Amino acid sequence: MSAKDRPIVSSLVNVAMWLERRLHLVKVWKATAGHPIPKSSASWFYVFGSMTLLCFTIQVLTGILLALVYIPSANEAYRSLEYLNYQQELGWFLRGVHYWGSNCMVVVMFFHMTQVFLWGAYKHPRELTWISGAVLLVLTLALSFTGQVMRFDSDAYWGIGIGAAISGRIPIIGAQVVNLLLGGPIIGSDTLSRFFALHVFVLPGAVIALVSLHLRLVLLKGINEYPEPGVQVHKQTYWRDYEETVHKDGMPFVPDGIGKDLVANGLLLIVIVALAVFVGPKGPEIPADPAQVISEAKPDYPFLWLLSAAALLPNGSEIILFFVFPLIAAILLFGLPFYSNVGEKHYSRRPISVLVVILTYLTIGLLTYAGITGPWSPRMEAWSGTPTKPEFIAGRSPVELQGALLLQGKQCRNCHAIGGEGGHRGPDLSAVGTRMDQPELVRQVIQGGGNMPAYGNTLSPQEVSALVSYLVSLRPQNTIPALNPTNPEKTERVSSGELPKQAKVGG
Amino acid sequence: MATNESESHPPVHPEKKSYSTRRDFLLQVGAVLNAIAGFMIGLPLVGFILSSLIKSTPPVWFSLGPVSNFQEGAMRMAVYENPYRREADGQTARLTCWVHRISGDQFKVFAANCTHLGCPVRWFEESQLFLCPCHGGAFYADGEHAAGPPPRGLYVYEHKIVNGELQVKAGVLPTLAFPV
Ligand code: FES
Repeated sequence: MSAKDRPIVSSLVNVAMWLERRLHLVKVWKATAGHPIPKSSASWFYVFGSMTLLCFTIQVLTGILLALVYIPSANEAYRSLEYLNYQQELGWFLRGVHYWGSNCMVVVMFFHMTQVFLWGAYKHPRELTWISGAVLLVLTLALSFTGQVMRFDSDAYWGIGIGAAISGRIPIIGAQVVNLLLGGPIIGSDTLSRFFALHVFVLPGAVIALVSLHLRLVLLKGINEYPEPGVQVHKQTYWRDYEETVHKDGMPFVPDGIGKDLVANGLLLIVIVALAVFVGPKGPEIPADPAQVISEAKPDYPFLWLLSAAALLPNGSEIILFFVFPLIAAILLFGLPFYSNVGEKHYSRRPISVLVVILTYLTIGLLTYAGITGPWSPRMEAWSGTPTKPEFIAGRSPVELQGALLLQGKQCRNCHAIGGEGGHRGPDLSAVGTRMDQPELVRQVIQGGGNMPAYGNTLSPQEVSALVSYLVSLRPQNTIPALNPTNPEKTERVSSGELPKQAKVGG
Repeated sequence: MATNESESHPPVHPEKKSYSTRRDFLLQVGAVLNAIAGFMIGLPLVGFILSSLIKSTPPVWFSLGPVSNFQEGAMRMAVYENPYRREADGQTARLTCWVHRISGDQFKVFAANCTHLGCPVRWFEESQLFLCPCHGGAFYADGEHAAGPPPRGLYVYEHKIVNGELQVKAGVLPTLAFPV
């Protein structure tokens, strides 16, 4: 039975043919989705690019839907998020997908970049593909940062404060940059509005433009063939060889090469939905009330490593961290396809590149972990809310017990843990009696030093001696107090067998 | 794939010389016209973007209430309305500073923003210290740097006493570039 016998089919065919004559669909298809790729490129390692694009698509869709309800005003933003979470049908789900989609986008994009780097895909003639990708990385991080400002809770509010404080360190024009960042002299409605405009118009628009360029370059300069160890890239011969491979041993990306991308993207989608459903959206935490000075201003995951670096680097190195380091990183990142243009592509022949990747992952991973635990942040409630285990109290003399009370009451535990509980800004004091002797402790308490404030003005001499006698008693059973070798009197006493007098329990 | 793209376009006829002067003239007039028009639109756009810079918003004097609100010898947080507030600011217009009434008419007023990276510092009466929750910066009661990464002591607001009211000069977020 031919099409002529069935009028509906034949008229549909006619419509299709007419569309084809007007739009040249076959040609467009062949030049885009059906473009030929080397067979070796259909690898499980090559799926991260399309996964990043999937994340971005999810962000645009959920973002548009969230914008239907979200109100970008300092007065309303927080309430509209609560409304989304608890009253708007499925609002919590959309917020969850948008939040986890954003985190996944950063992670998957990082994997994509790592793969492109290790497989040498950035080399001749794909320099611009790499550079457009690097710009996309910057844009994505900017989207992530402006996105967490949208939450406009206390963390977002003080997060902007951190942004302003960093900008305020720029020489000469610092004050002007801060003013432009905030849209006025202080954080307020204008600040949120301009971050909103960046987050929903400027940055996504730029991403769409850059993604278009990125994909256009993939079509023009091809997808990287799976590299073989020992095969060198030569500027004179590479493109000829590549075209020959694609011609002889190529296949259309759709339908032959897209299978693994589809599987990976399906799995990613399931992961994002699962995270949204089982973990849920983030915040909003406490409202952005400047009178509530209880915020640690912790940023979202993609920026935790920066916060850690700011906390861990030696005092005064902020200029290096915030201005010199990004400059060097940008030069290395954008310059890569030019200073490493030809030669081996396979990672097994590029040990330095492998080392760079391992070090980068270790650094960012460890700093992120440190950022989650935040050991440099004092525990502001530890002095009033953290109990002391009995072994650190039992058997102490009244003076030592008074010292224990002072240690709690003077907020020492906001920075010092005992038995692992309390702040970790300063050293754990569970066994401080084995490390420092009485005169040393007195000096440390009165004068401070090494990141500890001086307490000479806030403690009376009796209080100091009570506190120090308690500190001396803090040591494990059957250990002797610390001895200062420069203190001959004490050394003598020890050698004459007067110790250990105290057999107290601790640690 | 890009090689046969040119085939789909009609070939461009080379222009005859006689037309070129008129066309060149129109091209130049068009370019100049667009440059002028672009400037006319572009300048206000740039002005709009920079408007917060152009409009001067210096710190201003306002009252924190009667002196008797502050106990002698004590440190207290004072909440005030941002002098440059807009209605849409909501509760972000409620700003804070720390006020130390040392004795009598002797005051010292500190910004709550840590001098390291701007986190909010909190006063701890018992240990007589400001502690910063972010990276463990600490300041003494007189605002001086006590410990941690901050590069200097707390930002201090100017203050004066007028008709029994404590007035301070504030309203701009203090940073190292603009330490009030
Ligand atoms: S912001 Fe206060 S110590 Fe870093």
